[in-house]
Amino acid sequence: MVETDLSKKWNYLRKILERSGPFDTEAFTPSSDTLDFLHNTCKILVIGAGGLGCELLKDLAMMGFKNIDVIDMDTIELSNLNRQFLFRRKDIGKSKAETAAEFINKRIPGTKVTPHFCKIQDYDESFYRQFHIVVSGLDSIVARRWINGMLISLVRLEEDGTVDQSSVIPMIDGGTEGFKGNARVIFPTLNACIDCNLDLFPPQISYPLCTIANTPRLPEHCIEYVKIIQWDKENPFKCALDGDDPEHVSWVYEKAQERANIYNITGLSYRLVQGVLKNIIPAVSSTNAVIAAVCATEVFKIATSCYEALNNYFVFNDIDGIYTYKFEAEKNPKCLACSTVPRMISINNPSSMTLQDLIDYLCTNVEFQMKSPGITTMINGKNKTLYMSTVKSIEEQTRSNLTLSLHELNLSDGQELIIADATNPNSIVVKLKFTDNEVEMY
Amino acid sequence: MIKLFSLKQQKKEGESGNQQKSTRTAAQLRITKDINELNLPRTCTTNFPDPNDLLNFKMIICPDEGYYRGGRFVFNFKVGPNYPHEPPKVKCETKVYHPNIDLEGNVCLNILREDWKPVLTINSIVYGLQYLFLEPNAEDPLNKEAADVLQNNRRLFEHNVTKAMRGAYIGDVYFDRCLNSN
Ligand SMILES: [Zn+2]
Repeated sequence: MVETDLSKKWNYLRKILERSGPFDTEAFTPSSDTLDFLHNTCKILVIGAGGLGCELLKDLAMMGFKNIDVIDMDTIELSNLNRQFLFRRKDIGKSKAETAAEFINKRIPGTKVTPHFCKIQDYDESFYRQFHIVVSGLDSIVARRWINGMLISLVRLEEDGTVDQSSVIPMIDGGTEGFKGNARVIFPTLNACIDCNLDLFPPQISYPLCTIANTPRLPEHCIEYVKIIQWDKENPFKCALDGDDPEHVSWVYEKAQERANIYNITGLSYRLVQGVLKNIIPAVSSTNAVIAAVCATEVFKIATSCYEALNNYFVFNDIDGIYTYKFEAEKNPKCLACSTVPRMISINNPSSMTLQDLIDYLCTNVEFQMKSPGITTMINGKNKTLYMSTVKSIEEQTRSNLTLSLHELNLSDGQELIIADATNPNSIVVKLKFTDNEVEMY
Repeated sequence: MIKLFSLKQQKKEGESGNQQKSTRTAAQLRITKDINELNLPRTCTTNFPDPNDLLNFKMIICPDEGYYRGGRFVFNFKVGPNYPHEPPKVKCETKVYHPNIDLEGNVCLNILREDWKPVLTINSIVYGLQYLFLEPNAEDPLNKEAADVLQNNRRLFEHNVTKAMRGAYIGDVYFDRCLNSN
């Protein structure tokens, strides 16, 4: 359907999408359908509604993306208001995702932003599969790796083992740190993923425990001491330390100050305590604006094929003049997250084939030739060790699985098994394919 | 480059199929490998209270030489979702008179913190822990009293270790008996 809206609002997009140009990709055909796709079909997920997220939502909505979901578990704090411009003083304490969605929906009519006030880990594959593109503005490596792993797990293979491209959900990842920022384009399993180049992330600063305990020199040492040693010892609130809880932060501040006084260390502040506990780096709003603009442009390029996507890593720094650079982060062939393409094993008798039969197969089949495979899997979201012969306490507790059939072990068609063996430097993933004639027998 | 627009125009509805939950988290892939390939010195054994949970287990070390010969020390391993990017959390559950282990069980071992690298494995940590019992190090003290004694009077240190392992007060701290009696 061609847009029936008579306004000239989207004319600037039409100039790009309805005419051919020197930079078109092969996949691009000038057509009014593309704008219609942006408006009515394309679903974008924005992860994070903080500094980058506010910018991204504004950019995407004004670029014609009308179906956007945003997910963020945080609530609005006073200190956010200088740069997270979708929020006002009256919004303090409310959900970032919900407030941002409401603002955009009102300000840019026709846009449907759907908020999710929760953690990314609260949703499963069926949620993430509905999106065409995921764009993330996260401040944590753990969360990045989680969504990276999720998108990789959605990639399906064709019968011949090649990647089914329609199952690939591109991920545009933006990150900022003060005056520095980066943006990257990830096509899960096709190019470098987050885990492929984990070394690109600055290592978490950690101090030797004995320095913290005996020869502290920095205010950070005092905070770490309270965090690692004193909290567990005194357990003041009978729970784990939470960097978001002001009472916890105050307690740590007070104790760290006592310790700093003993060692004549100066420079401790409440903000520093917060920073160390949560690993906070000061945010600069202009950096967020630049990086979000780059990310949104990549989303647009990929969604419309009007131009080649960034290949694949962009860095930005304006501490001293303006510096930008682009390079191709390389896929790491040993990457645990994206290079473990599952190998298929066809099983035609899952109700009579036992785990021992499967292990024998892994040890004798020319393709595998394993020695003593250890096998784990996941059933109903919980890890399960099927068998492991090398560790005595596990062997004893899993031995009884050997004589059970694959059905009795609750393994189902498409089940993925993680298999470790001395013959392979990494664990491999095997996917069980129960063949059709078995189904007919039932 | 992927042809998103042409590929996905009409997609997304009715795309359920019989997809299985993925088992592939990097931590689970790696820990399966680490545990399957554990190659422990004969002084070490593992205990997995729940064999399905490879991320939480105990490592028992019974040194057969050095100051701690005859003792039995239990370490709790907690492998987080960010493994192997981050090291596991390791605590000593046995109260031990040791310069590099404090009374709460915190362990000062470089590869557990500042020198951790993702190429290291559970096995590397076990060897590191075993080494701590063979060569307690007064330079990096967590238990300052024990470190001072080790530095200034090795005979007294040896005496204190033996006494503590039998169950006794050293100064005003009581150490439970932790002899490997069998
Ligand atoms: Zn990768």
